[in-house]
Amino acid sequence: MSAPVALSSPFAPTAARERWRRIKSAGMTAVLCLCAVAVMAPLFLVIYFLLKEGASSLDWRFFTQLPKPTGELGGGMANAIVGTITLLAMAAAVGVPVGVLGGIYLAEYGSEGANAWIRFAADVLNGVPSIIWGMVVYLLLVVPFKTFSAYAGGVALGLMMIPLVMRTTEEVLVLVPQSYREAALALGIARWKVIVIIVVRTALKGVVTGILIALARVAGETAPLLFTALGNNFWNRNLAEPISALPLQIFAYAISPYDDWHRQAWAGALVLMAMILGLNLLVRLLSNWRNHQ
Amino acid sequence: MPTAQSSAPVLPPAGSRAPDMTFKLAAFSAALVILGLIVLVGYELYHGAGVAIAKFGPRFLVSSDWDPVSDQYGALPFIFGTLVSSLLALLIAVPLGVATALFLTELAPFRIRQPIMVVVEMLAAVPSVIFGLWGIFVLIPWLRDHLFVWLKHTLGFLPLFQGPIYGVSMLAGGIIVAIMILPIVTSISREILRSVPGLQREAAYALGATRWEVIRIAVLSYARRGLFGAAVLGLGRALGETMAVTMVIGNRPEISASLFAPGYTLASVIANEFTEATSDLYLNALFELGLVLFAVTILINVLAQVMLRSMGSGGVTKVN
Repeated sequence: MSAPVALSSPFAPTAARERWRRIKSAGMTAVLCLCAVAVMAPLFLVIYFLLKEGASSLDWRFFTQLPKPTGELGGGMANAIVGTITLLAMAAAVGVPVGVLGGIYLAEYGSEGANAWIRFAADVLNGVPSIIWGMVVYLLLVVPFKTFSAYAGGVALGLMMIPLVMRTTEEVLVLVPQSYREAALALGIARWKVIVIIVVRTALKGVVTGILIALARVAGETAPLLFTALGNNFWNRNLAEPISALPLQIFAYAISPYDDWHRQAWAGALVLMAMILGLNLLVRLLSNWRNHQ
Repeated sequence: MPTAQSSAPVLPPAGSRAPDMTFKLAAFSAALVILGLIVLVGYELYHGAGVAIAKFGPRFLVSSDWDPVSDQYGALPFIFGTLVSSLLALLIAVPLGVATALFLTELAPFRIRQPIMVVVEMLAAVPSVIFGLWGIFVLIPWLRDHLFVWLKHTLGFLPLFQGPIYGVSMLAGGIIVAIMILPIVTSISREILRSVPGLQREAAYALGATRWEVIRIAVLSYARRGLFGAAVLGLGRALGETMAVTMVIGNRPEISASLFAPGYTLASVIANEFTEATSDLYLNALFELGLVLFAVTILINVLAQVMLRSMGSGGVTKVN
């Protein structure tokens, strides 16, 4: 049954060696399992502490009141919650049109060679640290207009979204069967209408999923907002003025010396985490729905 | 990639050419924005750093003076801090991430693979500032009272583990960054390992290899280059991590042999001091730090993408 094996082979079957190999294999298997547990542990630890520290600090005032001045107890982050939503809306206004159109170009037009470069650039751009975006938008929008503003914060987040949205849009568009395009073109429909009405329409859920993923990614960003949106302890009445955001408020409170602010930082973190996990859940539901069709 | 253009059987009527061209042009300019952005970022940072570049020249990179009061600026402590914290993070995250990816592709029952990946993706979704908050109030006290004490006790003969323990430290920064790059290292490694042909494994099993021998000989050696690419991509992310690091690393521009000593990174000094920069030169110096950070991360990311693409996995589009 067993073929002759040279003694120098790593699999040479002597009894002691055989046992050692099995022990080693079992040991390494156990190590790999432990590593997997170790990788998952931080998520559960973070969520555990968010719930433990954050839930007890959440009350209706947190959602309805402005931050209190230093030294006064109470207050909330109502303005930061609204600020985050405002900033995300502005980011989407910048990032979605450019990202989706770029994705359309990659999937529907463009030569193989040029596309490879653009794709490469998008992947490299994804790796640019988020704080760099803050610095660049500071030079582009804060210095010329001489004020930190909600616009600047929205643009910083929007620029970060562009490569993300572009890549996911391209990925879902190329999945649309070629025959759909050919059938529509054969009917004499203009190319751009084919793309908008047939191709994008067919892949719409995938495109929306990509946008939501990008939004979830930038929703928690603090660094690009530090010197663009800046933060604000009051309601933002004018988008040309500084605006608060949950991550900014969490950061400011976390590094403050006051216990009451630490408590609120945990509550804010819990709300931010819930928003982001909610977006991710929505993505999962959408993509399951897509797969089941 | 097949495009409809080549197979369009009928030319559209003449009247519809103009909107068609407009749409194509709009899509083309949107795609060009990507290339434009890289140039724009580099140009703006260079422009913003002009005064500092002119005043300090290359000395900026090797000087360890960072004294805003006397307007002297040098990047060395920050470059050192960034490199050390990122390397620490890699030392922790790469073995753990690759092991988890191996567990997911080689060992785990099919039923639990997807749920574990969901957990890893959720970990990627946790914002930096929340890791920072958790780091300040949970991780740092534990490190200070337990792990660091133990390390000092057992490995204290090494200069790395000597000196007073504050809690906030280079090592704490490295650990936080490691947690933050774990998801990307794990998910890219998993993609790489999944691209290892099943035949490789079957051949090794057929020779009588044990499970670990299959992993080591057939899987790991086959995927080595791609896994290296995953590590480099992780390094790129680690270099630019800002908020969580700023909150736990101690923020002191010193170069110390001890990992228990506070440090400072390029990204954190920008985050901390940008809005406080009082003089023009101070602000310019911070921009020059940004330029250094940008140049390094671009280089590292280009390297990672080239390595991953040469694996034939068609580039990495993971969003985390």
